[in-house]
Amino acid sequence: MRDLIWLIPLFPLLAFCAIVAFGRRLPGAGSYVAVAGIGASALVSIGLFLEMLGGGPPAQLSLRWMILGEWPLDLGFRVDQLSALMLLVVTVVGSMIFVYSIGYMHGDPRFPRFFAYLSLFAASMLLLVLADNLLLLYAGWELVGLCSYLLIGFYFERPSAARASMKAFITTRVGDFFMFLGILLIFLHLGTFQFEEIFARVREGALSGATLGGVPLLTLVAVLLFGGAVGKSAQVPLHTWLPDAMEGPTPVSALIHAATMVAAGVYMVARTYTLFFESGGQTALHVVAYVGGVTALMAATIAVVQDDIKRVLAYSTISQLGLMMLGLGMLGYTAGMFHLMTHAFFKALLFLGAGSVIHAVHTNSIKEMGGLARVMPSTYWTFLIGALALAGVPPFAGFWSKDEILLETFHHSPVLFAMAALTSFLTAFYMFRVVFYTFGGTLRKHDAHPHESPPVMTRPLWVLAFFAVFVGLVGAPAFGAPIKHFIEFEGIKHVPFSAGLALLSTGIAGAGIFLAALVYHWKVIPASGLRRAAGPLYALVEGKYFFDEVYAVAVVRPTLWVAGSLRKFDIYVVDGIVNLAGVAGLRVARLYRVFDLYVVDGVVNLVGWMAKAMGGVLRYVQTGRVENYLLAIALGVIVLAAAGLLR
Amino acid sequence: MELGLAHFLTTSALLFCLGLYALLTRRNAVAILMGIELMLNAANINLVAFNRYVAPAALNGQIFALVVITLAACEAGVGLALVISAYRRLRTIRVDEINVLKW
Amino acid sequence: MGELAAFIILSVVTLVSAVVVVTSGNIVRSALSLVPCFLGIAGLFVLLQAEFVAGIQVLIYAGGITVLILFVIMLTEGGTGMRFRQVNEQVPLGVLASAALAVLLVVTLVGTRWPQGSGSLPGNTAAAIGSAFLTNMVLVFEITSLVLLVALVGAIVIARRER
Repeated sequence: MRDLIWLIPLFPLLAFCAIVAFGRRLPGAGSYVAVAGIGASALVSIGLFLEMLGGGPPAQLSLRWMILGEWPLDLGFRVDQLSALMLLVVTVVGSMIFVYSIGYMHGDPRFPRFFAYLSLFAASMLLLVLADNLLLLYAGWELVGLCSYLLIGFYFERPSAARASMKAFITTRVGDFFMFLGILLIFLHLGTFQFEEIFARVREGALSGATLGGVPLLTLVAVLLFGGAVGKSAQVPLHTWLPDAMEGPTPVSALIHAATMVAAGVYMVARTYTLFFESGGQTALHVVAYVGGVTALMAATIAVVQDDIKRVLAYSTISQLGLMMLGLGMLGYTAGMFHLMTHAFFKALLFLGAGSVIHAVHTNSIKEMGGLARVMPSTYWTFLIGALALAGVPPFAGFWSKDEILLETFHHSPVLFAMAALTSFLTAFYMFRVVFYTFGGTLRKHDAHPHESPPVMTRPLWVLAFFAVFVGLVGAPAFGAPIKHFIEFEGIKHVPFSAGLALLSTGIAGAGIFLAALVYHWKVIPASGLRRAAGPLYALVEGKYFFDEVYAVAVVRPTLWVAGSLRKFDIYVVDGIVNLAGVAGLRVARLYRVFDLYVVDGVVNLVGWMAKAMGGVLRYVQTGRVENYLLAIALGVIVLAAAGLLR
Repeated sequence: MELGLAHFLTTSALLFCLGLYALLTRRNAVAILMGIELMLNAANINLVAFNRYVAPAALNGQIFALVVITLAACEAGVGLALVISAYRRLRTIRVDEINVLKW
Repeated sequence: MGELAAFIILSVVTLVSAVVVVTSGNIVRSALSLVPCFLGIAGLFVLLQAEFVAGIQVLIYAGGITVLILFVIMLTEGGTGMRFRQVNEQVPLGVLASAALAVLLVVTLVGTRWPQGSGSLPGNTAAAIGSAFLTNMVLVFEITSLVLLVALVGAIVIARRER
């Protein structure tokens, strides 16, 4: 298996090429090919994962690309425990979503294109995960960004979708710019992109003394790299693109904007964790933790007031990504990655469930749904499992991983612990608000005729529900918490499991669910009363903390103004110079034209005129009358003969 | 004065010059053809006369004269056909009016 | 002396009728004048002991070609042609050229010493010519006949009325 790692991104790439080339002529209009591609990758990934479970060194495959000056550039794949886990998550969750998409996208006019994009995304994501150097990782990073752009704008007929795709692309580019700067700084100072070499040099203290503009270089590099993660993983303040990205098809939201691509930021931080860990005073880690904590709380509060089911899940995703960052920042390397894995399963499940619901009632607003538990039992039960997992109810997957993060935070920062706990409470509350609105009560949209989705959609739901229930047990202390031995960062000591904290976390989740039930199920407390009680806070949350508006004033308008000014500069100065050159050229050309007209043409005409004049004279000899010619011949003969005689 | 080669040659030369004169001055294509016939006859007289006086043992001169007569008949036939064709197309047989090929 | 007299008479007949041919304003008269001219030439052939050639001359020229010319005149001009001027504007130059050529030729051939051949012609020239055409001169004979055929076809093709 270790020699086959290059096959993992190749299968989806081949599927992409095949679908692009043959499209509808392929079996299942390309969908079966795409599923086969990701499925083959999943098989190889599972095999690799099982092999990595037994320990042993990382699988490595490297190729010399070129030599830049004195620095060789190597491109290669590397599978260690971290990337093996990530590969497993990407390919297994991806396979389920691919299968689900066959049903969800059925009848779409651009059906093969959708699967082509999905396959390209899978290949890019796997490239990102497998990369053993920053350069290849960055390539995969941009490729998944491109796929995200293409898939958010999949329904490009809708202006909102087109704008959302551009917003996502440009917003993430801001983060990517910082990340690129970080990569360049590393290459500038260390002369290599290889992770292993970078980490070894950093551990030796290669960058510890250096500063750049008064900032310790290593911290600067780490924070710049984190900038990329902020963009990709939708952390404050670059989180605004993710809710808008819900304009894409729901399987895309599940795969890219919940399970894999947005988690790439977390994965990248974990991958380059050494840089953060070694930064002076662990400043970079604190930045990560605070950004994550603020994001988690802020997104959770917004999620409470959203009515669009996919937007609730989108803010929830932002919030959970913030929690992962918080975990990583609080030295919970294992906790962050563990939560990434469990979150991928249950959030993909929730998105696919939401897609199933939207498929049935043709609306995104939870206020128009209701009473779907009876007509869509499979969707209801799997969605409920996902919601319980997200809320953090034991023994579902989310409980174990979130508990880990809370544990780490509790040990390092009380303030952040309070934020994480509040986030947990809000998570449980808004998740069950969605559940009660969607599945409880009666249907409020009267022209809808909901029905259960076809098996091709519900079976992936059940598979993911299985994972959402059981995957968390790898972190359960009763089973020895194998995840802690599988994913670990040397130099960090695991915080021991605390039963009291687990109880507290369960209590928080239960309280959230109970409050949601009081408000939305039993309706003991009216929702409007809550709204009034919150007052200005409600307005702030309802307005999503006015990030979009602030950006519009602070970034978009000045950018447009600068662009407009540059346009004027272009029109009047650049174009002016160009036009001036053109006019000057024209004048010179006119001079040449005169010369041509009177000198060159004059000579040519003179030759022609001379030929014509001579011809005009000589033409009179050519009378066209035989007698004249004959006379001339006769006279000529006579003259010649006479001359011969007289000689 | 004994009748000799020179007499015949003189007659033939005069006949030839008359033919040439017809060629140079006539406007009618048929008249020009007649001039050509005169010139051919002058040549025939020469051939037969040379045969008689210079090489009487051989008959080549007379044979050539016969060939020339034959070819003259061909020439007259083709020439007159041309005249008819030209007349049909251009309604004239005057050579100074037949100048369609002139630029 | 008899021969000389006959020659003079025949030459005069030939040349006078030839003058009529080339100068007459009446094209039909020109054509008809060809007949005595050709007959005179036939007589000259007889004087030169070429009786067969003379016969052919009478048959083809005086008979065939003259009649053909008359036919063409009738088909084209449709008459005597007196309505038109028959000569062009180069008469003076033509006279000059012809006269000059005549003087030149006569002076030349009178001033030349002609070689005198020995031997005599065969008595029956027709038989000799016939056997020569089928032996030594057979190639000439065949090619001539071929030319005759081509001219025949060509004349028909050219003179045919086009559809």
